[in-house]
Amino acid sequence: MSIPLRLTVNGERRDLVLEDPRVTLLDALRERLHLTGSKKGCDRGQCGACTVLVDGRRINACLALAVSLDGASVETVEGLANGDALHPVQAAFIAHDGFQCGFCTPGQIMSAVGLIREMREAGESVGDAADVERVREGMSGNLCRCGAYAGITEAVVAAARAEAQAGEKAA
Amino acid sequence: MNLFAYTRAASIAEAVTAAAEPGAAYLAAGTNLLDLMKGGIATPSRLVDITRLPGLDAVEPQPDGSTRIGALVRNSDLARNAHVAKTYPMVAEALLAGASAQLRNAATTAGNLLQRTRCAYFYDPASPCNKREPGAGCQAIGGATRIHAVLGWSEHCIATHPSDLCVPLAALGAQVEIAEAGGRRTVPIGDFHRLPSDHPERETVLEPGALVTAVILPPEAAAFSGHARYLKVRDRTSYAFATVSAAAALTLENGRIGAARLALGGVALKPWRVAEAEDALTGATPDAEAFSKAAAALVAGAKPSGPENAFKIELARRTVVRALTLAQAGTPARMPALPASPFSHAAGALHA
Ligand SMILES: Cc1cc2nc3c(=O)[nH]c(=O)nc-3n(C[C@H](O)[C@H](O)[C@H](O)COP(=O)(O)OP(=O)(O)OC[C@H]3O[C@@H](n4cnc5c(N)ncnc54)[C@H](O)[C@@H]3O)c2cc1C
Ligand code: SF4
Ligand code: FES
Ligand code: FES
Repeated sequence: MSIPLRLTVNGERRDLVLEDPRVTLLDALRERLHLTGSKKGCDRGQCGACTVLVDGRRINACLALAVSLDGASVETVEGLANGDALHPVQAAFIAHDGFQCGFCTPGQIMSAVGLIREMREAGESVGDAADVERVREGMSGNLCRCGAYAGITEAVVAAARAEAQAGEKAA
Repeated sequence: MNLFAYTRAASIAEAVTAAAEPGAAYLAAGTNLLDLMKGGIATPSRLVDITRLPGLDAVEPQPDGSTRIGALVRNSDLARNAHVAKTYPMVAEALLAGASAQLRNAATTAGNLLQRTRCAYFYDPASPCNKREPGAGCQAIGGATRIHAVLGWSEHCIATHPSDLCVPLAALGAQVEIAEAGGRRTVPIGDFHRLPSDHPERETVLEPGALVTAVILPPEAAAFSGHARYLKVRDRTSYAFATVSAAAALTLENGRIGAARLALGGVALKPWRVAEAEDALTGATPDAEAFSKAAAALVAGAKPSGPENAFKIELARRTVVRALTLAQAGTPARMPALPASPFSHAAGALHA
């Protein structure tokens, strides 16, 4: 069996040939394209370490069959920074101590990027305490075994607020 | 995961033909099916990928006041759809209380209806399970049964259905549209899932190859938009299956209840809806006494399937009363930050 698979990964077209349909998107990224930023924590949709954006939306790459996503555009943590300039969410995780061991961090960051997009699309603001709760709920698909949640939440709230302000200025 | 053949269906007719082959299964987002395949619980010989089928990914309000939800509409898109959020707020609230944002972005409407039980013994190929292997026995009976059924179970299977979405859909009397070799038909969602009885391996009314194409909310479901809530009690505030959940919806006329809709989740192998419970509310004054009566009617006949789940009967009763109380107070103007949570800070939903 050989199955052609075409993906756009971090803006670059990648053509693959799978010898087996059992490959998940996560394995395609890690094992075939050697993009090991996306992590395999549980491989069962329970931890969020494998979070990537597919056609702009965050999903669990471990529960997506790669062949089913032929033609899709995928964004991984490797594609966030612009050269040495960190993405604002990456910078916020550093500024707010959003990690300890770092294993869950690529998934947390991709999830946060997805959440901020979702909030922007829904016209939600990040202003008061209830919105901090909204961020905590919105990030609940990402577990952190080190328990760095306090810093993670601060980082995501800060990044979301910064983005909202930048959006207001631009408007 | 076993090796399987992969087919991407281009039309409904092609899908139905391909999936009629013994051992074939439909693949939607795969968030349940791939999990089961990784565990060796599902071993399909062919996956028929339906994600590219045209015309199944729209939410379409109809001229008669009903709403047609395509089988491939993603859970997050359904929850954020302006018409759904406004007209059927408890459907949106139930969806947003389920799984995680990542899973909701992928999971489809039909996949949610057809997800399998979360019984730990079903998930463990080393345990006998009548649902996996008819006649093998049920390891859950006498085992760890905290998440198991208190209504509608049999001595062959005591599992529950884990879907949140199905609970408000059942309360609102949704219809499930099915395409099969002989044509199309619709089935009320209340008849779609089967109770275990002596054939727990038969989970729905779908024949092999049958494809769910849409879920349809009937015109009368729109009447409840002002007073409708979903309440989900779970072991953690987010990203956990329901221990018990309730969908409650009312219409209020001159201080009395015009019509009521009620269903329970997490207590049986299908959403639990009982006509007597809703009848008990019709015409009543919306107060604690009426709500308790309805809750009692809804759990009438409940029986623990193991010592660990006896608490769910009282919990179900209280969850129904709380959900009715919240519904009476009115659908919040804005979705609570913690949808369906008794710990939400949204007005009216504070933990009492
Ligand atoms: C960690 C985790 C937590 C979760 N928490 C919750 C929760 O709190 N609440 C909740 O409700 N759900 C929860 N879920 C379940 C999730 O909602 C389901 O996995 C999802 O809805 C399934 O949709 P899918 O499109 O991925 O279906 P798939 O996995 O692709 O399919 C599921 C089943 O449906 C069949 N199928 C799919 N589409 C059709 C169709 N159109 N016609 C006929 N058959 C079809 C497939 O053959 C398969 O048997 C959770 C899942 C995970 C992994
Ligand atoms: S309760 Fe049902 S699903 Fe669970 S082990 Fe028994 S037969 Fe299987
Ligand atoms: S590795 Fe995908 S959710 Fe854990
Ligand atoms: S930083 Fe270690 S798991 Fe999150």
